[in-house]
Order: sequence, then C-alpha cells, then structure tokens
Amino acid sequence: MVDKSALGAEGQPFVMDIERGKIHEFARATRSAHSSHFDGDHPVIPPTFLTTQFFWEELVEGSNPWHLVQMSQKRGMHAEQEYVFHGPPPRAGERLFARSMVTEIWEKESRSAGTLTFVKMVTEFRDAEGRLRAEAILTGVETAKPPESP
Amino acid sequence: MNTPEPLIIGPVTRTDFVRYQGASGDMNPVHHDEPFAVAAGFPGPLGVGMFHAGVMNTWATDWLGPENVRRTRIRWKRPVFAGDVLTITGAVVKEYELDGRVRLDLELSCTNQEGHPICLGWMTFVKP
Repeated sequence: MVDKSALGAEGQPFVMDIERGKIHEFARATRSAHSSHFDGDHPVIPPTFLTTQFFWEELVEGSNPWHLVQMSQKRGMHAEQEYVFHGPPPRAGERLFARSMVTEIWEKESRSAGTLTFVKMVTEFRDAEGRLRAEAILTGVETAKPPESP
Repeated sequence: MNTPEPLIIGPVTRTDFVRYQGASGDMNPVHHDEPFAVAAGFPGPLGVGMFHAGVMNTWATDWLGPENVRRTRIRWKRPVFAGDVLTITGAVVKEYELDGRVRLDLELSCTNQEGHPICLGWMTFVKP
C-alpha cells in the first residue's frame, strides 16, 4: 500500500560513477551493438542507463526515498519513465552526484482496476561543478486489484 | 535520413528478463520467480518494462546515435510475458531548431504479436 506521507521525502545524496563495463553489459541486455557504447575508454551511456542508480543507492542508507512509498511489489507497476539530458549524455569515467525526491502522489479511478495510486520521483544528476547533467523521472502506479491480463 | 525497418524481437525469454535485471539492478521477483508472480495474480513472470523500453530506445539510438539523445520518455500500456514477439517501430514527427542545433522529436511504439500496444515512447535527438 502506498504511504502518502512519503510525499516530499528527499533521499540522502549519493555518488554514481559511470563505468565502461556496466555500459557494455547494459547495452547488450537492451540489444544494442552500437560502437558508441563499446569503442574506446569513454563510451556513452544508453538512454535508459541511469536506471542503474539502484546499485549506487544501495551503498548509501536513506538515499532512495522510493522505499518510503511502500508500493506493493505485486500490485505496483512502472507507469512512465523519463530521462532528460542537459547536453550530451554522460560517458564512462564521469562521476555524478545524485539526489532523489518524491515529488507527486495522486489517485485516479479505473473501472477495471479500482483506485490507481500514482507516485512520481525525480532524481537529479549533477557533475562536480554542480551543473545539472540529467534527470530521471519515475512514475509508478499501484492498483487496488491485479490488472486484467491481456 | 531513411527511417529504419521495424525491429522484431522474440519470442522473448525469461533469460532476457533476468539478463536485464542483472544489468539494471532491479531484482523485483515478479519478473523471475514463478510462484511469486502467480501469487500476484499473473499467469507467469512478467517481462521487465524497462527491458523492452530499453530495446525500443535501441532501435532509435542505433539509427541516430546514442550520443545525440537529449530526452526519452516511455509509457507502459500492458505487460509482456515470455514467448511474446515484439515489434518496435517509430518515426520522426518534428524537426526544429533549438539553441542553434537542429532537433528531432520521435514517436516510438512497441506492440506484441496480437498487435496490442505494449509501450509508447517519445525521444528527442540532436540531428546527427
């Protein structure tokens, strides 16, 4: 069950190092063989790569405020995801300084799944100079009952 | 700039889901643990939305270059299960200038073997 008191919760800052091997692994898992992900010492990330922030958040207690949302793993779904890059996407060798915040919680009625509870979390990724490099915007939805199978 | 052919992947397998989970760090058991998925009311483990969304983005970045991406947005419509065959396609819907560079807005879609929409995507690139 979504805990609405998580609205506004801000995680502890965490560091994310962009790693070449992780880029290779992620590009393969998403079926890309593009040379920009594999050539040289500083390959560019795939567009959805910043989702690997999970690994870095695990190292810093309290960095992921999504845990406070307490969305069910059985009724919770990823509704939308967005990544915005303020300039070229990061490359291997860069260190990003990130922070996540639960920015919105709202409800919507659905005939097939009952009350839907939506939660939005924004993670900002900055460089060492404090410039905003990228934002990840996650929207999750929890259904009151399992969605109907296709 | 010729739009590439649709990308057809599949039948997707549980191995695809698990490989993506390992790469991404999202270890939600609903994507690989059958008893857990069944107890949640699904016929079996669900595909990871970010897996096929990532492949959908690959269709565009293999064409226009991953270094040129400035934005990607994905909206999921329905779940994927092992055995599904997914068709990914897209098109440039707008070309315009911003900050002295030509930008391209794309719309993308991923559908299953029955033609049902799985996810939709919107991307912005700097024109290569």
